[in-house]
Amino acid sequence: MKVSEKWLREWVGAPHTLDEIADKLTMSGCEVEAREPVAAAFTGIVVGHVVEREKHPDADKLSVCKVDNGQGEILQIVCGASNVRAGLKAPLALLGAVLPLPDGKELKIKKGKLRGVESFGMLCSAVELGIADKSDGLLELPEDAPVGVNIREYLQLDDEVIELAITANRGDCMSMIGVARETALVLDAPLKTPEIAPVTVRCEDTFPVDVQAADACPRYAGRIIRNIDPQAPTPIWMQEKLRRAGIRSISATVDVTNYVLLELGQPMHAFDLDKLQNGIVVRYAKDGEMLAMLDGRTATLRRDTLVIADGSRPVAMAGVMGGEPTSVTDATRNVFLESAHFRPAVIMGKARSYGLQTDSAARFERGVDPDMALKAMERATRLIVDICGGDAGPVVDLCADSSVLERKSILLRPERIRRVLGVSMDDAIVEGVLARLNCEFSRMESGWWVKAPLARFDLAIEEDLIEELARVRGYDSIPAELRPRAPRIIQPSEKSVGQGRLRNLLVARGYQEAVTFSFVDPKMELMLAPTADNIVLANPISADLGVMRSTLWSGLLRSVVYNLNRQQQRVRLFEVGPAFFKDTAGNPQQQTRLAGVITGNLYPEQWGQVNRPVDFYDLKGDVEALLEQAAGVQFHFAPVAHAALHPGQSAEIMTQTDVVGWMGMLHPRIEEKLGLEQPVYLFELDMRLLAQRILPKYQAISRFPAIRRDLALLVREDVLAVALENAVRKAAVPQLVSYYLFDVYSGKGIPEGRKSVALSLILQDFSRTLEDAEINRIVEGVVASLQEEVGATLR
Amino acid sequence: MQSLLELMGHAHEQISQAASLTALDQVRVQYLGKSGLLTEQLKSLGKLPPEERKTAGAEINNAKQALTLAIDDRKQSLQAEALNARLQAEKVDVTLPGRRMDTGNLHPVTLTIQRISEIFAQLGFSLAEGPEIEDDFHNFTALNIPESHPARAMHDTFYMDSGSLLRTHTSSVQIRHMEHNPPPLRIIAPGRVYRCDSDMTHSPMFHQVEGLMVDEDVTFADLKGMLEAFFKAFFEVDELPTRFRATFFPFTEPSAETDIQCVHCGGDGCRVCKGTGWLEVMGCGMVHPNVLKNVGIDSEKYTGFAFGFGVERLAMLRYQINDLRVMFDNDVRFLKQFS
Repeated sequence: MKVSEKWLREWVGAPHTLDEIADKLTMSGCEVEAREPVAAAFTGIVVGHVVEREKHPDADKLSVCKVDNGQGEILQIVCGASNVRAGLKAPLALLGAVLPLPDGKELKIKKGKLRGVESFGMLCSAVELGIADKSDGLLELPEDAPVGVNIREYLQLDDEVIELAITANRGDCMSMIGVARETALVLDAPLKTPEIAPVTVRCEDTFPVDVQAADACPRYAGRIIRNIDPQAPTPIWMQEKLRRAGIRSISATVDVTNYVLLELGQPMHAFDLDKLQNGIVVRYAKDGEMLAMLDGRTATLRRDTLVIADGSRPVAMAGVMGGEPTSVTDATRNVFLESAHFRPAVIMGKARSYGLQTDSAARFERGVDPDMALKAMERATRLIVDICGGDAGPVVDLCADSSVLERKSILLRPERIRRVLGVSMDDAIVEGVLARLNCEFSRMESGWWVKAPLARFDLAIEEDLIEELARVRGYDSIPAELRPRAPRIIQPSEKSVGQGRLRNLLVARGYQEAVTFSFVDPKMELMLAPTADNIVLANPISADLGVMRSTLWSGLLRSVVYNLNRQQQRVRLFEVGPAFFKDTAGNPQQQTRLAGVITGNLYPEQWGQVNRPVDFYDLKGDVEALLEQAAGVQFHFAPVAHAALHPGQSAEIMTQTDVVGWMGMLHPRIEEKLGLEQPVYLFELDMRLLAQRILPKYQAISRFPAIRRDLALLVREDVLAVALENAVRKAAVPQLVSYYLFDVYSGKGIPEGRKSVALSLILQDFSRTLEDAEINRIVEGVVASLQEEVGATLR
Repeated sequence: MQSLLELMGHAHEQISQAASLTALDQVRVQYLGKSGLLTEQLKSLGKLPPEERKTAGAEINNAKQALTLAIDDRKQSLQAEALNARLQAEKVDVTLPGRRMDTGNLHPVTLTIQRISEIFAQLGFSLAEGPEIEDDFHNFTALNIPESHPARAMHDTFYMDSGSLLRTHTSSVQIRHMEHNPPPLRIIAPGRVYRCDSDMTHSPMFHQVEGLMVDEDVTFADLKGMLEAFFKAFFEVDELPTRFRATFFPFTEPSAETDIQCVHCGGDGCRVCKGTGWLEVMGCGMVHPNVLKNVGIDSEKYTGFAFGFGVERLAMLRYQINDLRVMFDNDVRFLKQFS
């Protein structure tokens, strides 16, 4: 809402500076978002009167004018504007005038010569005064403009516009009267608004109105005005007030309805009476009814939409926008003026549902003072009759539901005030604010019974009034308290693995944490998870952010590409965040995942160690370190086919019952599609399955020495390490405290199709030192099991 | 046979010339070994007349002792030399970087959420979470934002074809938490939120932290006190002017925008605060009675406050990041800065 300071001060008698007013409004809920002077800071411009105009002898587009400066001088001025003519009144910059230019420089008006003709000043356009962004000629002033008067004074240009952010609950502040009321309220200043007297009725004609949807339209006022002058110009004062509020002047009748909307907050509509048939009907639309609207579009109406119709068709979308066929034009002589009250719930969301956004809808859906309908009608009639002439008929005021003119009583309890705000308020203060709010109230035993003014749709319950008390008094008047309270001891769980622990572990292992969008490119998803039934956004920000990710890899790979394209060859990223999928019933679900990606060399470039590109086992080491955090849970890796991964380098990670995740090398085909020129390794884990751990439980350490026995074996090349381990375990030796594989080799010296593996067995007993014979027996048992399970032979 | 004197002369000379421990040991064997020259002399004592034996014996023993001492001395100095040589040889450039896997860093959003959580934990707030794909009820209706309410237009909401939506704020977690937990309540809920809006200063996804406290005696004064304490703790300053401006949120009443004095210019006015000296950092207010009613909490018995703020906003202020978009580019040169 753009508010002219001058206009505001016409109604609010406050001694405060504009800074103080702006600050107070901001603090009390109408935030001042911007401030702007209404005109450039020029000097030396007066109302000039062109008394003669001749063509410039040497220039086709220039005129030589004689201009009266109102100070007894007729000045010769050369002017290039096309609309300059004898008799015109226009702003005249006198010699010595200073005009700031948009580029920050200044124009000083000096005596000049244009194509040999002397010029003693300059006639100005609206742009030169800084009151418009563009213009096509001189600013034409009304015929009655007093010649010689300073233009700043005449147009009241020493004014500033403040732009207020009106919150969604304060429809009442979307008008000058509302802003003035609010300003007077928060400044505790007197308010004087214009008296609105009924216009003398000079014609008896009425137009029939039938309100069929009385619940939606509790009040409908209409009147005929005949014989207006459709060519009458909008007075300059009104044009200026509209301009300062950001409204363009169109024609006198339309300007008047816009002006009343701005002044009183009552949206109105003027129909061309001669284009209406039979009478007005306020009803809901029929599905499929068409309405050609003022903005040039045609709406196909739905039956949830209230319309103003005449005998044959809808002529306006009620409270939203008028129809084009019945609108006033520069030929309209007879108008039907509408000033109605529509219930907010009926208008709410309607404009948006038709892709519209109108000043009228914005007000009706927030609530318009139902008492204003008649006042606005009289105000608009007065203005039309004054400007365009015409004979007003009597007002037809159908108040189908007079309950809209009654406010419900709200009980306001002192104790509740204290409980909400944390501070008590004296009765006198409460009553003072209620009075300033223009509430009716009476003090009872339990508190005050309060009736809010009709304009204040936002005041419906006790808390609404408490908020008013707080904000009118100022939130500053409420102390900030940090009270001692009963402590709430949060039991830190040691039996769960916090996200922080896993994050820190990856950070220690050289990963940077990434945060990527939850919506991703469907093409990327299709490559990485072709079978995923993605959740699709109906209104994505762009096509490449169109689906919810089913895997965190979609975003991480995009980030890898981003970095590789910027000479960052070594990338190690992880992310913790949700992946989205549909459950069996088709409902959206999310799962918190931990995913990581590595590419490039294992170490940063360094002098001290042999570097090499990362491989599967580098990533697996990181994954194992993560899994170890879930102490006590057994995880297994198994080869798996995964669309995103290299078929020979992809593993599924499982507990006994669940799939925890996947890891492996990005499929070379995808690598190529993404334009990557180096292998990329990825993992993704379900956080929930990593979250549980058991508390460490002490186990005694054997005092007897441990014995190590190494085995060199030959096995088929396709025997998995896990099969060897299972075979060793199957021997079920209680003294086997540790087992590991320390060499794998195939090639020279090893038969085709076989590989050599070296295992180490660590044997230890709790009660004695193991003897050689015993050890040999154990080792033979393990070898036998290996032979039997995987066909291993000793080398 | 050489005279003892001569012998000793030779021996001392050889000891001092022994260049290594091995050579020195050879000298020792040569003189003191089983058939060493001095040992031989002792053995030849028997050939001397008895009256001379005692004196000669003593002389030889003295010589032997002297030689042993001289060898030990020489040994020590040889060892010292050897050690010095080794130490010299093993010298390294201590300024060369160590051999290691470099460490990574947490994202500034995570750092900020952790910091916020730690501070509120001290005030007794525990963590809560909720789904990011929400239904209309939890994101809007239960928060006193009915269908078609103009306040909905402020939320540029992403919808799914199914009618579900991406939560536009973490306030939905309030509702879910209150549905399942009776008062008293003290929670914060950090998480991702989504708005269909993208430009220099808006990201379609960002993070918020929602806070909620419900008890029998929670007031607006408490809200002010806790938030003031929070901001001081967050920005590590003992004094940080805060102001609460009236505003409107459908789910709180009274509602406030919280401004802190600009942490960059100290309130003098700068680019960061657009010359106002204040930074808008948080929305808050007393939980609207309709919201409590919607989750079955008696608003006569309980009052509460709620607040919500953008994590990126605080992270940007704290780490002096002037471009929101770098938060989601995941450029490693950006991420590496948050060690």
